Amino acid sequence: MQAYVQDKPAPELKPPIAQVGVIGWVRNNLFNGWFNSTLTILTLLLLWKVVPPFFEWAFLDSVWTTTHEGCKEATGACWSIIYRNFRFIIFGFYPYEQHWRPLLAMLILIGLLFYSRDRTHWNKYLGYGWILGLAFMGVLMRGGILGLEHVESTQWGGLPLTLLLSVFGLTAAYPLGVILALGRQSKLPGLKVLCVLYIELIRGVPLISLLFMSSIIFPLFLPEGLTFNKILRAQVAIILFTGAYIAEVVRGGLQGMSRGQYEAAESMGLNYYLTMRLVILPQALKIVIPPTVSILISAFKDTSLVVIIALWDLLKTTQSVLSNPEWMGFSREAYIFIAIFYFLGCFSMSNYSRKLERELSEGER
Amino acid sequence: MIEAASEDLKARPSEEVMIEIKDMHKWFGEFHVLRGIDLTVHKKERIVVCGPSGSGKSTLIRCINRLEEHQRGRIIVDGLELTNDIKKIEKIRAEVGMVFQHFNLFPHLTIVENLTLGPIWVRKVPKAEAEETAMYYLEKVHIAEQAQKYPGQLSGGQQQRVAIARSLCMNPKVMLFDEPTSALDPEMIKEVLDVMIELAHEGMTMIVVTHEMGFAKSVAHRVLFMDFGQIVEGNTPVDFFENPQHERTKLFLSQILH
Repeated sequence: MQAYVQDKPAPELKPPIAQVGVIGWVRNNLFNGWFNSTLTILTLLLLWKVVPPFFEWAFLDSVWTTTHEGCKEATGACWSIIYRNFRFIIFGFYPYEQHWRPLLAMLILIGLLFYSRDRTHWNKYLGYGWILGLAFMGVLMRGGILGLEHVESTQWGGLPLTLLLSVFGLTAAYPLGVILALGRQSKLPGLKVLCVLYIELIRGVPLISLLFMSSIIFPLFLPEGLTFNKILRAQVAIILFTGAYIAEVVRGGLQGMSRGQYEAAESMGLNYYLTMRLVILPQALKIVIPPTVSILISAFKDTSLVVIIALWDLLKTTQSVLSNPEWMGFSREAYIFIAIFYFLGCFSMSNYSRKLERELSEGER
Repeated sequence: MIEAASEDLKARPSEEVMIEIKDMHKWFGEFHVLRGIDLTVHKKERIVVCGPSGSGKSTLIRCINRLEEHQRGRIIVDGLELTNDIKKIEKIRAEVGMVFQHFNLFPHLTIVENLTLGPIWVRKVPKAEAEETAMYYLEKVHIAEQAQKYPGQLSGGQQQRVAIARSLCMNPKVMLFDEPTSALDPEMIKEVLDVMIELAHEGMTMIVVTHEMGFAKSVAHRVLFMDFGQIVEGNTPVDFFENPQHERTKLFLSQILH
């Protein structure tokens, strides 16, 4: 056999470029083969049938600011239903002259959420900011002090109520879920059984029945004269429900951790609490960001179920506008409008989760 | 490289006892993995433990810092006996460094953060001081320039050296090595062994489970051979390799030394 010795090293080359430009992309992705070409053409036909008529209905033929009379004559969308009933849809039965209060409360909430997006802002001052902000929001909504007129919580409704239920519901359910997941993994048999029972019982019933229980059955057990706020009861039901689902997702993340991580942390003398807080949870929670966010998103949308215990959230105020004879028949417009709100909420959540995932996986393989 | 207090590798270990194991037994379910281990480790003594897989050598050193619980007998580490008292276990663990086969660095933390985690949270060292110590040990394992990277960006050999530095940052009295080079590519084994040899020069008490017989010959005071959960033979490296007594030791050595 002849010996081989390389005489000069292989040069480094650029990767080959198959086909460039828009035309290359179209040919490679849309028209490669008769099947894909047919699908492409069918899709284009379908879009041609659907998009221009919708555009015509929603924008060209639509009316925006007329009364309900004008709407009856219009051939396109009647966005006037939103224009004419905007403040009721958003604020429900909150006293008309006081609408600036829930508006300001919502702006503070959204401002705080927006500022908290950036992880570099997370410090104890932001924590104080949240506590102050929440207290201030409560004062704004309830009134009764600082010369603000008192507004019963039964009059709260619309978007502020939806935001209240979901923001508090989700932020409280998350830590509850983490604690339940840790409890389910615990070596203490009593604690473990309790957590398993809790998770399985809650997951075994629909949210609607929990809401009914909290609003109808639970008060029966309270001594006479003692009542809890209805919104608070719904809030607690949402927290308990969502917490159980988050617990199972977090448990999945905990099981994905290798034993070596626990052992490395323990072998330097870290106790259980520190091992979890510094080593295990940061990794496990990161793994389960995608399923956690889908639970949070569905919980956000599930807050609309509170209509069945007669809380006037965004969906309910919209429906009640639709039951007004003047505006009957314009449900498409009204539901598209609130769909936009829900979509914005859900989309910003999923967007944020992707940003968080990207940031947290920086420098890791 | 930082000049360290160099010690003659031939010097005898001190008479003071560091670890004492008496008639220690351990079962995994029905399986009797450790069958009456008696072992005394002196301060500054370096012990290499070898033996076929499943012989219980890893389990033995994992019992010393209670990653595994022994069911009979006694283990006394630096005067403290291992019992179910979790506070005592944590105290012993803080004094006993452990290096794992698969490194077990924390992938979500940078190298420096890996090194300062223990000192800051267990020893309550101020952050700046912990970072200074971390850099000192990173330089010692020749890897200071990687301080701000994440473990996933390092090679296996580099990760294992970081793992050794992480243990050293706790200023341990004993170092346990659980097959530290078994998961490494061949060209990286030497860089890790070199760091361990430097450590030996500084008089660290070490128990090393390994199949690196060259390391055992040059560094160990004693080589122990384990089989079926027992210490079958223990001797100085010279006698152990040149003149093994037990049949099973002879068989084992003939299988690994070609």
